[in-house]
Amino acid sequence: MSRKVPLHDLAHARAGDKGNTSNVSVWAYDPGDYPLIKDQLTPERIKAAFPKLITGDVVRYELDHLHGLNFVLGEALEGGVNTSLGLDSHGKSWSFLVLGLELDVPDNLA
Amino acid sequence: MTTDLMRMGSGAGFSSDRLGPAVDLAKQAELDWLVFETIGERTLAFGHRDRLANPSRGYNPQLAARMRGVLQPCRDQGTRIMTNMGVANVEAAAEVVINVARELGMKGLKVAAVMGDEVTEQLNDDTVLFDYGGRTLGEVDRPLVGANAYLGIDAILPAVETGADVVITGRVADPSLFLAPIVNQFGWARDDWAKLGQGTLVGHLMECGMQITGGYFADPGRKHVPRPAECGYPIAAINADGGAEITKLETAGGMVNMATVKEQLMYEVHDPTRYLTPDVTADFSTARLNESGQDRVRVASAGGTERPKQLKVTVGFDGGLLGEAEVSYAGVNAAARARLAADILRQRLDDVPGMAGQYRVDLIGLNSVHGTAKPDAGGESQDVRVRAAMRSMDRDTIETMLWEVEAMLCCGPAGGGGYRGQITPGVVTHSTMIDRDAISSRVKVYEA
Repeated sequence: MSRKVPLHDLAHARAGDKGNTSNVSVWAYDPGDYPLIKDQLTPERIKAAFPKLITGDVVRYELDHLHGLNFVLGEALEGGVNTSLGLDSHGKSWSFLVLGLELDVPDNLA
Repeated sequence: MTTDLMRMGSGAGFSSDRLGPAVDLAKQAELDWLVFETIGERTLAFGHRDRLANPSRGYNPQLAARMRGVLQPCRDQGTRIMTNMGVANVEAAAEVVINVARELGMKGLKVAAVMGDEVTEQLNDDTVLFDYGGRTLGEVDRPLVGANAYLGIDAILPAVETGADVVITGRVADPSLFLAPIVNQFGWARDDWAKLGQGTLVGHLMECGMQITGGYFADPGRKHVPRPAECGYPIAAINADGGAEITKLETAGGMVNMATVKEQLMYEVHDPTRYLTPDVTADFSTARLNESGQDRVRVASAGGTERPKQLKVTVGFDGGLLGEAEVSYAGVNAAARARLAADILRQRLDDVPGMAGQYRVDLIGLNSVHGTAKPDAGGESQDVRVRAAMRSMDRDTIETMLWEVEAMLCCGPAGGGGYRGQITPGVVTHSTMIDRDAISSRVKVYEA
């Protein structure tokens, strides 16, 4: 059996922007949770979760020794800071979009 | 100065960053260098606009206030200042620093200005913009305001070598502001890519100021930051091999730990094995982080390979105007009234010739910041602001939109109030590349 756990319970994150590209790095609080996060938080998962926002490719870079993943979200800033009509035109809060995704955590894990 | 250890502090991580904690570092941290990083692509384009409007402006608007705060304590401590607050007008900025020094009676203070980053005259209509689908500068239907190459340590080091109390630049790569003094201190070879990569990592970690000391980090219930209102800027104690310890003043709020350093490690980074600067292709993927004490993290083992052959150039254009207008609905049934207001507004705006598809309507409090990512799920709220936004080169069109939002006060749903509207100038930036040998940087020294 497993249960749904918000990524926010297991990891912290920060977003940055360059032009119309956002990057969100995700870091496991507990190294023991990193394999599960790495297994389930795929680039395909993130692109599929926000298809209207992320119109380009999602690429993932892995920093296994630091228990972190860096996602580069192509064409994901509504045009970017200079042309977006959105309130958060830097996408500073995209980190919390990702942290709102849920992972399946087996019941035998804390 | 010792030769095997140097101390650098950050005094700003963006154009409007706080001053007080920078003064604390200047007075207490016994730094070799205090670095103020204040340029983004947008701030640079705004700097060009300011200079076009007034040839004596175009530098960071907080430059004089910052210098009044730190010049004397830095001189007392033997701390030199490095900053890119020259933005689009380095010579005028150097004059400002000299004038502040004279106000303070600091005779003999030397300022070295680094120039040569502006390449506006070297571009033409055939210049290819790599971030604009390969289209050319001539295909951008907007007035050009200015273009700047990202200079690196090649341009900054001659200014460091003058011994000036203050080194002031325009557009340089942010980590280079830290790397140039490090290379000068330790005498690193300019093709020692591994060391330059590690030094660039130190600069990268430091350049955003408090983003590594607990600023931009707190998440109540998850990530606790002690005394966040009194968060301090970071200090780096750097060894001759580039290894460094990141810390803060003991008296300051905030914190330095593995989590704060990790988040900053990948901030605005794409491929961690290839972080491109004018100085090196840095490899952050091999970086080792270790907590070496309370509020102390040691950073080592980043690497690097040969620097890129060309320099990146940011090209700024007049972005026209951004218009934003809001009206609130609060209390019982507020969400339904706000949604109705949005529908009415859309219908009226779509009837204005040329307006359809040019504006956006958000429901702040229901679904706004993440509105594109997640559609309105029909939630409830008793405090909603209807916001309309559009960009245009034409002020009349934007004023028409603002008028329609304000009109909701009398001919929209019941109980609408709190109208605010504003029109702010915008910029658009694109990027191209330029050959290194097309750049000729130079240094001009001023004395108070």
